[in-house]
Amino acid sequence: MEIFYALLIFMIIAAIVATETNNLLSSVICIGAIGFGASLMFLFLKAPDIAITQIVVEVLGLIILIRATITRDLTFITGDREFFAVVVSVVVIFVIFVVGIVIFETEAFPRFGEPVFAQIADSASERYISQGLNETGAANLVSSVILDYRAYDTLGEVTVLFTCIIGTLVILRYPSRKTLEVSIT
Amino acid sequence: MIYALCFLLFMIGLYCTVVKKNMVKIVLGILVMEYAVNLFLILLGFRTKGVAPIIDRHALEGGQLTELFVNTSVDPLPQALVLTAIVISLGSLALIISVCIRIYNKYGTFDITQIRRLKG
Amino acid sequence: MKGMTVIVKTISSWVKILIFIFGIYIILFGHLSPGGGFPGGVILASSFILLMLAFSRQEAEKYFPLSVASKFDCIGALLFILLALMGLGFGINAFFWNFLQQEYLAAHETVLKLISAGSIPLYNIFIGLKVCASLFLVIVVLSMTRPELPSEQEQHLEE
Repeated sequence: MEIFYALLIFMIIAAIVATETNNLLSSVICIGAIGFGASLMFLFLKAPDIAITQIVVEVLGLIILIRATITRDLTFITGDREFFAVVVSVVVIFVIFVVGIVIFETEAFPRFGEPVFAQIADSASERYISQGLNETGAANLVSSVILDYRAYDTLGEVTVLFTCIIGTLVILRYPSRKTLEVSIT
Repeated sequence: MIYALCFLLFMIGLYCTVVKKNMVKIVLGILVMEYAVNLFLILLGFRTKGVAPIIDRHALEGGQLTELFVNTSVDPLPQALVLTAIVISLGSLALIISVCIRIYNKYGTFDITQIRRLKG
Repeated sequence: MKGMTVIVKTISSWVKILIFIFGIYIILFGHLSPGGGFPGGVILASSFILLMLAFSRQEAEKYFPLSVASKFDCIGALLFILLALMGLGFGINAFFWNFLQQEYLAAHETVLKLISAGSIPLYNIFIGLKVCASLFLVIVVLSMTRPELPSEQEQHLEE
């Protein structure tokens, strides 16, 4: 249990450094550290599928981010917005944070380590765990959930990924010489 | 208590998105918020002294699942949701960064207050 | 863009094959051990991206041209939907019905073997193909357009 607190405090410190530093490259590297800490947390939380996915996706995300920020003038970050806007935002965020903590400590919220599906008699996860191997034949229960019981959500995810990639390719199309000559003259 | 720390990580990401002027810092704030939400979902499904939801030879007894596995396995449903969310965050990061690069090509700066004042 | 030093080029020309085989392993065994289509596809894409970073973009395009990558992207998505629509003709007529497992494999004892779980490994292969082609396309196109200032763009256009 202590390892969870240690990794979370590491992630919070890295997030504060990423927010406040002036150098863009340092911020991107701190984001990489947060992702790495999250992958270790997933490993200790007994979710190996998610740990593999998180670390591989985070490496590619770092490549994309560094590609965008390495320009000629790298360290010209100016700072925050106007003072009044900053104060109002900080007050609102603090109020939301206090309300959130009050909600997390109430009786209705499940305690850490006693998940909801163990206390309800007829939950969906009980059915997936006990009948998953018989009905689908897959030994990896997470695969059987995303590709057999909830395959429609996977169709939605494939569609979203397809649309994002098409959007990126359309936005980044470098204009051909012909269209540019027509527009200049 | 762990939920409170995870919520604090989300609030730091929200602060970074709302307060900073540089466009890439705003994108980094969105990314921190996504990490915090995925972590929160997996924390909800954890069982103390649990095992991963993967069946191997030790969990099978003559073709049937052991009682120990059914009683101590971790919730597989939030893990399916988070798997989807992580891959979608990569796609949306590529889209947002391409918009940032196009804005830099046109205006020459990453500063959002400067973009408001320049005329096309 | 030019490549990196000799050490990086030599090591990456060996390691890219290992990463490729590891990605294929994660995709194929997705229904038995942690992994599946999504992380396996990302690992496959990162083997081609390693090639692009260590050598040059033209070297990576020799192995995996951009037109082939965009066709694999579309073929992966189409085959995914085709396999889902085929479930409408068997058993209970449901979209995404796992007909290979329920009709053909349920009689045999296929627990913890490679050929099991019906259409789940097939879905993994199609998703892996699609994710690999998509991410390779995005990062190659991102490396073609640099974030330049508007004055530099004018110089490029006048050439």
